[in-house]
Amino acid sequence: MKILVPCKRVPDPDQKLRLNADATDIDGSAVTYILNPFDAIAVEEALRIRETAHPEAEIIAVSIAPAEGETDLRTALAMGADRALLIEHEGQIDPWNVARILAAVIHQEKPALILMGKQAVDDDANQVGQFLAAQLGWPQATFVSKIEFTTDGLRIHRETDIGIEIIHVTLPAVVTADLRLNEPRYASLPSILKAKKKPTEHSTPAKLGIKPEPRIRLLGMELIDSQRTCEKVTTATDLLDRLRESEVIE
Amino acid sequence: MNKVLVLLEHDGTTLRPSSGSAIGFARELSDEVTALLLGEDLGAIAAEAAKYAPVLTADHESLSQNVADRWAHVITEVARSQNAELIVATSTTWAKDIVGRSAGLLGGAMASDVTDHEITDGQLRLRRPMFAGAVNATLILEGSPKIITVCPSAYNAPKPADIPFLIETLSVDASTLPSATRFESLDCKKGARPDVTEAHIVVSGGRAFKNAEDFEKYVGGLADQLGAATGSSRALVDAGITPNSLQVGQTGKIVAPELYLALGISGAVQHLAGMKNSRVIAAINQDPDAPIFEFADYGLVGDVYKEVPRLIEELNGS
Repeated sequence: MKILVPCKRVPDPDQKLRLNADATDIDGSAVTYILNPFDAIAVEEALRIRETAHPEAEIIAVSIAPAEGETDLRTALAMGADRALLIEHEGQIDPWNVARILAAVIHQEKPALILMGKQAVDDDANQVGQFLAAQLGWPQATFVSKIEFTTDGLRIHRETDIGIEIIHVTLPAVVTADLRLNEPRYASLPSILKAKKKPTEHSTPAKLGIKPEPRIRLLGMELIDSQRTCEKVTTATDLLDRLRESEVIE
Repeated sequence: MNKVLVLLEHDGTTLRPSSGSAIGFARELSDEVTALLLGEDLGAIAAEAAKYAPVLTADHESLSQNVADRWAHVITEVARSQNAELIVATSTTWAKDIVGRSAGLLGGAMASDVTDHEITDGQLRLRRPMFAGAVNATLILEGSPKIITVCPSAYNAPKPADIPFLIETLSVDASTLPSATRFESLDCKKGARPDVTEAHIVVSGGRAFKNAEDFEKYVGGLADQLGAATGSSRALVDAGITPNSLQVGQTGKIVAPELYLALGISGAVQHLAGMKNSRVIAAINQDPDAPIFEFADYGLVGDVYKEVPRLIEELNGS
């Protein structure tokens, strides 16, 4: 069984962002990048599937990024993915085109399962998994917090706004990981060294026959700062008085 | 913008109140707004929806559960047959799942979690948060139809009409529907308190609370005094102290109540993303340098285990 894990390179969310000169994107020269935390959860789940239900599973990590994005794919290899594929692309790319490129990779690799993060913590779109499943005509399971293998597919727990939903999907399928699916392992030093010897293949959207068709045109960005000034009060009584003055409580 | 199709979410009995935001947004853009409902035995829900817009229903036993591949298939067919140029829903896990897949079948011109819009030079410009709300982006969607989900807090439902709009039932050909997904169950944790996304007041607890009993006693106790919903930071959900349905933040729910009371929450970026548009924010935290105070209107430096009982007592006595 082949498991494909799309891995996005994102700015580390624990840093202060700056915008580029014309405010159309963040200033990429000033940030450090990491593997999208939800994709790390997806890699971890693939490893656990290989460690339990499917020891024969081959795990392939795929990223669409500039050439230096290989560093973040190495994170997936160091965690335990078998091989990696980097689709080299400079600049912004929207979820529709990410899904098209991934679909082209999937037509070549023919995996039985796509495991990926529910969203990337840069654009927070939460779209690629659904777009990919739609393009492939495969079932999807989003916001997933538990996966069990059955005789004919996967029994899945989904975290919805109103509670935990359980569904069953046949394979092949697209599964998007939520926060509580697992806690990803840290790569050990020996596995980081070993990962350097693992194969990473490079390709481009053009080699896969994909010409980007933009769907989202970003006109500009603004950094959001707090507009509030905090009035410190010293007692619970004072706090309630202020809230009554603001007419938010009676 | 001419034809707009609004996808309405329901629980099998009533409309989700947040669905009204999508209708409100659609109305700001067009006079030709039609609502679409999928499900089984939709009579009462359709009558409710018809107070806001003409309603199309795809009412069939094969659509009794909101399974993404089936529902997206039907939504896509209706969108095409109606020549919808814009498809709108309120951003919830339901919409992200099903409307996201529909967008994937309709060409992928989709913007999620839209908080504001304007029409400039005939172009629909949309604003949405990125980077956990640290950035507000302005964008244009290329291609048609355009699919948009709006933040429930960003738009209000229109007033119901005195005379209801028409309801039209569409035929559903069950034989063409995908069958790779099977619904098994939904563990619906509906408590006595209002839903965190729909409440006027949210009382939210963070790491300062040591266990579920304390959370219920202090955060729950104060919420009940105020008729509020309870919310929680990710730390408590990860620790198993609160259920994930309470999580407020980038990866949880985005709320904008009249009052957000943050108790023992330090104010991580991803939490702020979920609540910073609340009208009034008040925080109690032991650490005077906690980032939450930068985003609060009122701050009390103190121990939640001492201050919250005082609040409850005062509210109880008043």
